[in-house]
Amino acid sequence: MATMLDYQTERATWCPGCGDFGVLNAMQKACVNLGLEPEQVVVVSGIGCSGKMSQHFGGYGLHSLHGRSIPTAQAVKLANKDLVVFAAGGDGDGFGIGMGHFIHAMRRNVDITYIVMDNHIYGLTTGQASPTSDVGSKTKTSPQGTVEQPILPLQLALAQNCGFVAQGFSGNVKQLVNLIEKAIQHKGFSFVNVFSPCVTFNKVNTYDFYKAHLVDLDQDPDYDPHDRVAALRRVAEANNLVTGLIYEDPDRPSFEESLPGYPDDAIVSRDWTLRQEDYDAILATFR
Amino acid sequence: MIQDVGWKVGGKQGEGIDSTGEIYAIALHRMGYYVFTYRHFMSLIKGGHTNYKIRASNRQLRHHGDDLHVLVAFDQTTIDFNWNEMVDGGIVIYDASAFEAVKPSHRDVNLFGVPLTEIAKQAGNAIMKNMVAIGVSAAISKLDPEEFRPVVQDKFGKKGQAVVESNMEALLRGYAYFQEHYHVHFPLPDKPDLRDVDHLFASGNQATAFGALAGGCRFLAAYPITPATEIMYWVLEQFPKYGGVVVQAEDEIAAINMAIGANFAGVRGMTSTSGPGFSLMMEALGLAGMSETPVVIVDVQRSGPSTGLPTKTEQSDLSEAVNGTHGEIPRIVLTPRTVEECFLYTAEAFNLADRYQCPVIVMTDLYMGMSFQSVDGFPVHRVRQDRGKLISDEELAKLGRFAYQRYDASVPDGISPRALPGQKNARYVALGNEHNGVGLEVEDQETRVTQMRKRQRKLEGFRHESGVTVDGRQDAPYALIGFGSTYGVLEEAREVLESQGLPVKHIHFSRVWPFPADAFHDAMDGVRLALVTEQNATGQLKRLIREQAGYHDVLQSCLKYDGDPMSLKEIVHTAYQTFPMGVLN
Ligand SMILES: Cc1ncc(C[n+]2csc(CCOP(=O)(O)OP(=O)(O)O)c2C)c(N)n1
Ligand code: SF4
Ligand SMILES: [Mg+2]
Repeated sequence: MATMLDYQTERATWCPGCGDFGVLNAMQKACVNLGLEPEQVVVVSGIGCSGKMSQHFGGYGLHSLHGRSIPTAQAVKLANKDLVVFAAGGDGDGFGIGMGHFIHAMRRNVDITYIVMDNHIYGLTTGQASPTSDVGSKTKTSPQGTVEQPILPLQLALAQNCGFVAQGFSGNVKQLVNLIEKAIQHKGFSFVNVFSPCVTFNKVNTYDFYKAHLVDLDQDPDYDPHDRVAALRRVAEANNLVTGLIYEDPDRPSFEESLPGYPDDAIVSRDWTLRQEDYDAILATFR
Repeated sequence: MIQDVGWKVGGKQGEGIDSTGEIYAIALHRMGYYVFTYRHFMSLIKGGHTNYKIRASNRQLRHHGDDLHVLVAFDQTTIDFNWNEMVDGGIVIYDASAFEAVKPSHRDVNLFGVPLTEIAKQAGNAIMKNMVAIGVSAAISKLDPEEFRPVVQDKFGKKGQAVVESNMEALLRGYAYFQEHYHVHFPLPDKPDLRDVDHLFASGNQATAFGALAGGCRFLAAYPITPATEIMYWVLEQFPKYGGVVVQAEDEIAAINMAIGANFAGVRGMTSTSGPGFSLMMEALGLAGMSETPVVIVDVQRSGPSTGLPTKTEQSDLSEAVNGTHGEIPRIVLTPRTVEECFLYTAEAFNLADRYQCPVIVMTDLYMGMSFQSVDGFPVHRVRQDRGKLISDEELAKLGRFAYQRYDASVPDGISPRALPGQKNARYVALGNEHNGVGLEVEDQETRVTQMRKRQRKLEGFRHESGVTVDGRQDAPYALIGFGSTYGVLEEAREVLESQGLPVKHIHFSRVWPFPADAFHDAMDGVRLALVTEQNATGQLKRLIREQAGYHDVLQSCLKYDGDPMSLKEIVHTAYQTFPMGVLN
């Protein structure tokens, strides 16, 4: 059985205190808890500080393009269903340049887990406004404060009827581990948004800020994560400042389960040569 | 005696012109002729002129032909639009229930009115006027109308036997009407001997898709776009039977990244698109090159730039295919000359992608992709699957932990073995950032140069049967040069020029990158003047040849970029202007 040591890689290149350390830790821990060997796990990341996740995680990885982790990750999973596949990236990566893929991944429902390290800022490019920056955020590209309404990731996912929606906080790794485990186990596309403070470029959305404002829905006995409409209302009322399992539809079939002809064994392990009778059948269609 | 016959049906888009042409083409093919079709259509659904041309012959065809012997017109526009293509003595059949035809100019072409719609109504429904037209055409060419029954059965069988019968009824009535009222004919040539050939009817797009399946591709991600969508249709029909996956991606950016993801995981994956989508893929093309992930991209070119002429043909993506993406990557660009090569080279593309661990672009065009034609079988027995360098579990076990280097630059040919996710002792990260041997992102100058060299080196030893072909007299002082789909028309041009005493050979590229320089120099031996014939405005192939091989004073251009496929006449005409007669030794 793999331990945390098996996932160890060289020291990550994030700033000390960066929220992404907590996310890395939680992802590794969740895999260890589920008994996954590192070579069974693939992390496909986008570009950004958060995009370094594939390098630091310790499994197989594909450090793809800015905004393109999701399409790439879906294909990895479809090609080899025996792998556990993450897509991971930042708020700019996922809700800016890559937004289209996010929405379509919810529609498509391939069995991958999508982790967003949401720091409300463009970290790697040193501090520009991001799609989740609150109105009025002063950044390098919004010296007078942003004027655009932020993307609301949870509400967006709920509105799009995503089969698994959760939100965590890097300052609460224990809860995050639990959420990621559930996300991996969910059969279909799972979305975990994580408040992951950028200690260098965002002085507003800090650990203290989140500690003061977050409401933990996992601790609320009256909260029902299977009621999508109630979830939407609750998230909106709390101005998105919630953590926990927000919504899950455990019965929804995944894309691969629903796809005609999708084989029971991993495609990568199959023999792809056509036999003479295959050729005969195909050539007959050209006569 | 004419060798082949040009037939065309035209009308408004949405009038069933396509299915009329298709039924006639398949019937002629099944009767044992060689058939080549070309569809003229527009990027709209209703209205606008559309036509379907069929050339039928007793020898293999690779071009739809310049000449038109029989035209079936559902409106006057069809006559006006196609008038110049008609041969002297040609026949126009027009729907006399709809309009009274006029000759656009005085020509020796015969107009015959047939009340197509009226006859169709009598047979049960006005929409069957197309079938009446087929019956009339059969009468003109003295074909047995019953030979159409199996095709009509295939086409309408799903809708019930009554529909089949009424369509046959319409066809037979058209046949009878023409026989009764007119006594002109345009007979087809004698049928060829097909005893030893597998007489198949396919389009370039179908052949490409079939090649992918045969080559082991089991993953296609694509976004609908004319003229590439038929690849997706074909694959959708076949992949489920062979455990393959088709994803209709949200856009072409997703499509190519998915194809890269599948290949990274070890499954042969591809995407198919046309110009606009190909442009969207440029960034990811670089990712495949940099991360050394195999991927196959089919670009069925259409007229650009931008949305351009979405339903017209062109060969203007060549520079993009050879140079596109920021930065510099190794890549392979195949340009199949024939439908058979679409099949074989698409299958081969997966071997090349795996062997050289880089993107392979299979570049066809609308003309190749959408034209259906008769072929003498597909070279299925030549398909092999070669996965290139994949490290085995045993080798990895021997290496032990942390010893495997995915991007080991010390390998002489630059091609370091791939590992696939799931394998023990080989965890690595494939990445678009510059990296060192184990796949860690680093930025120091030495590693950068070492890794750039490693990637560039991979194609230095490139070897593949694709490249340059030469037809005609080796010692000819004149040459016609082209790439991809113009092979057929250039061959005909060479035959015409040769038959008129002009010593000319035909040099054709089935691969433009890596540029087949040696083979090209050999082919150019003795050539004093060459006409580079290509369907674009700026002479992209000529520029590439000049850059890679020279011949600045030898190369002239024959360009076409009006959306229509090359005609034989245009090439022959330009050749006469370019190649002086009589100054030869
Ligand atoms: C196509 C493209 N455009 C722009 C960039 C530059 N870029 C790199 S990371 C980044 C934004 C990163 O922000 P985010 O996704 O929130 O990640 P973070 O660094 O905050 O984790 C940008 C704009 C790029 N790499 N590629
Ligand atoms: S800049 Fe911000 S997001 Fe990037 S590593 Fe530093 S703290 Fe983390
Ligand atoms: Mg960010």
